[in-house]
Amino acid sequence: MSDALLKIENLTRYFDVSKPWLNRMLEREEKQFLTAVADVSFEIKRGETFALVGESGSGKSTIAKMVVGLIGASEGTITFDGHNMTGTAGAEMRDLRRRFQMIFQDPFASLNPRWRVGDIIAEPIHTFGLLKGAQVTNRVGELLDTVGLSAKDAEKFPHEFSGGQRQRIAIARALSSKPEFIVCDEPTSALDVSVQAQILNLMKDLQDEMGLTYLFISHDLSVVRHMANRIGVLYLGSLVEVADGKKLFSEPQHPYTRMLLDAVPDLALSGRRRKPVEGEIPNPINPPSGCAFHPRCPLVMPRCKVDPPHRVETPTGYAACFALEKQPA
Amino acid sequence: MTDALLSVRNLRVEFPTRRGVLTAIDDVSFDIMPGEVLGVVGESGAGKSLTGAAIIGLLEPPGRIAGGEILLKGQRIDNLGAEAMRRIRGKRIGMVFQDPLTSLNPLYTVAQQLIETIRTHADISEAEARKRAVALLDRVGIPAAKRRIDDYPHHFSGGMRQRVVIALALCAEPELVIADEPTTALDVSVQSQIIDLIKEICAERGAAVMLITHDMGVIAETADRVAVLYSGRMAEIGPVTQVITAPEHPYTVGLMGSIPTLTQDHARLVAIPGAMPRLNAIPQGCPFNPRCEHAFDRCFAERPEPLRRGDRRRVACWLYDEVSTVEQEKANV
Ligand SMILES: Nc1ncnc2c1ncn2[C@@H]1O[C@H](COP(=O)(O)OP(=O)(O)OP(=O)(O)O)[C@@H](O)[C@H]1O
Ligand SMILES: Nc1ncnc2c1ncn2[C@@H]1O[C@H](COP(=O)(O)OP(=O)(O)O)[C@@H](O)[C@H]1O
Ligand code: SF4
Ligand code: SF4
Ligand SMILES: [Mg+2]
Ligand SMILES: [Mg+2]
Repeated sequence: MSDALLKIENLTRYFDVSKPWLNRMLEREEKQFLTAVADVSFEIKRGETFALVGESGSGKSTIAKMVVGLIGASEGTITFDGHNMTGTAGAEMRDLRRRFQMIFQDPFASLNPRWRVGDIIAEPIHTFGLLKGAQVTNRVGELLDTVGLSAKDAEKFPHEFSGGQRQRIAIARALSSKPEFIVCDEPTSALDVSVQAQILNLMKDLQDEMGLTYLFISHDLSVVRHMANRIGVLYLGSLVEVADGKKLFSEPQHPYTRMLLDAVPDLALSGRRRKPVEGEIPNPINPPSGCAFHPRCPLVMPRCKVDPPHRVETPTGYAACFALEKQPA
Repeated sequence: MTDALLSVRNLRVEFPTRRGVLTAIDDVSFDIMPGEVLGVVGESGAGKSLTGAAIIGLLEPPGRIAGGEILLKGQRIDNLGAEAMRRIRGKRIGMVFQDPLTSLNPLYTVAQQLIETIRTHADISEAEARKRAVALLDRVGIPAAKRRIDDYPHHFSGGMRQRVVIALALCAEPELVIADEPTTALDVSVQSQIIDLIKEICAERGAAVMLITHDMGVIAETADRVAVLYSGRMAEIGPVTQVITAPEHPYTVGLMGSIPTLTQDHARLVAIPGAMPRLNAIPQGCPFNPRCEHAFDRCFAERPEPLRRGDRRRVACWLYDEVSTVEQEKANV
């Protein structure tokens, strides 16, 4: 599809989690690898919000870091606006880098405490040599205004701000290089709900005004539902389902998605009796064979324990599950 | 009112600091009935954990109870000595905290910890205590409890550890369990298992629960009544259905509007402007006044009293003053 701004194909990332060499020798252990992200493919269209949801350790942050180039991919490709990110370098890469930014979960850790807010926000402007002198100060003032703070705040230090205000500063910084694409890794998870609502509203407004494209990562299903056009569900590093925003909730296809939706406590006071959720997420170092969800799946079949399921089309998107494959007529 | 299991009356918790005394909990009152689940919600720093810690006598110095009283079945427990309080904790009040590892000793097996706790509170043999411990682990859903009981805490996953903590909190058959964010550190799919477990097992044993959480969804599915804390004050308390479907305090109204749901569509969320004040900057009058769209003169001068709204609800907001006086007069006729 030509309108894809970001295209992820067969993205995989291993981590070496072996004990130190000497211990391994003494204890006669093999090297151990953890597959944090396994063969993940999806596309993000220009102007949309694509969300990734999943429980802790499902690989959300690892994907985010690979997309913005903080860590490399073990296998697979990332294509941004037609440019293969793994094969690009030098000036071309620099220009691409300007066009995407990242916002992190922890607004306390992601801002340098010794820098003034103005300098924090201006950093990408300097890095990419976008503006000079008084223009920079003006731009910083505008950005602070855009995110609901005031130009005077440029003189202050991060510790003088609350969590929500710091996240506004992080957003202003991300916007300063005029990016088209922003990766947001749990941008509101550290905030209280009343403040979370302010930040989510701000992010939506900015998207409308500037035509931004978001990769929005969260473990909170109701936040994801509110923000996303399309949603990908991760389980133990694998993308198990991708569906249109609201349809993921009204017509969940994959057994894991269904279980997750059943598990979330909701405000609806429906008095619904939840189906008891089975088991816990297995150790990612020795994940179950075949479909990683099989030990917890109510629909498990013999072949699920042997082969990994392939992606199949569903009425709402696609999913990886043998039970969703059409039976041959 | 006298048959309340726990009564917290006008509780005030202070922290003396070099720059003056900080009041973290101010004039908080509520009751918990036997077998009832009371949810306590509020954003971080609202005073939820301190309220729990004050009840079980685990305030960290220099924090101290500076006013009010706490009664367990009509008897004051806020002025007991350390030893007497230690006996109440564990025996009559069980505790479950956010991080299961704070409740478990890493140096002892689960069996050792459970058996010791059971035998401190009941005069039975070691073998008998072990049998009870296995039955309890089985009940909280530890597979192969008979074998796993001899494992150390770090051999269990996060969710399993929290199950062990629940077993530990319940092994002396307490009348009240205080659970402070018991599922916040757990995954969504495990959260619901643990919440269901706490609810079922306490109901089974007739124990009341004080469930502290910042998650309104958890409250909605679990609690009978809910207390909403803001800046160390009680904003609103009442039956869960009433508070969630028809919140009255402007803070609760804002809170409910700011939570995205799984069923309703909103282009924008109702955000409350600003943030909760720090302890050293709580404004005069109503602590919510800088963020409240309804604030009027009185809100900046006088601190709102918890006003009765119907027979099971109280709301600390001056907007309801006239109405409630009229109602109170009617009631007195
Ligand atoms: N640098 C690393 N070295 C070893 N293992 C890692 C590393 N980074 C991540 N992992 C592992 O990879 C898996 C995926 O981690 P990741 O941080 O992407 O999860 P996540 O979905 O972002 O989880 P959370 O919701 O907790 O943020 C986990 O099992 C994690 O322990
Ligand atoms: N040891 C302490 N010294 C000073 N202030 C404290 C201490 N413990 C808690 N507080 C303050 O008391 C308030 C309530 O804290 P807490 O009960 O932990 O909030 P919650 O559990 O609702 O997040 C917060 O403003 C917190 O900063
Ligand atoms: S592939 Fe099999 S085990 Fe995996 S989700 Fe589908 S039915 Fe369940
Ligand atoms: S007392 Fe006044 S400021 Fe406080 S919540 Fe009520 S209307 Fe708002
Ligand atoms: Mg993460
Ligand atoms: Mg707390």
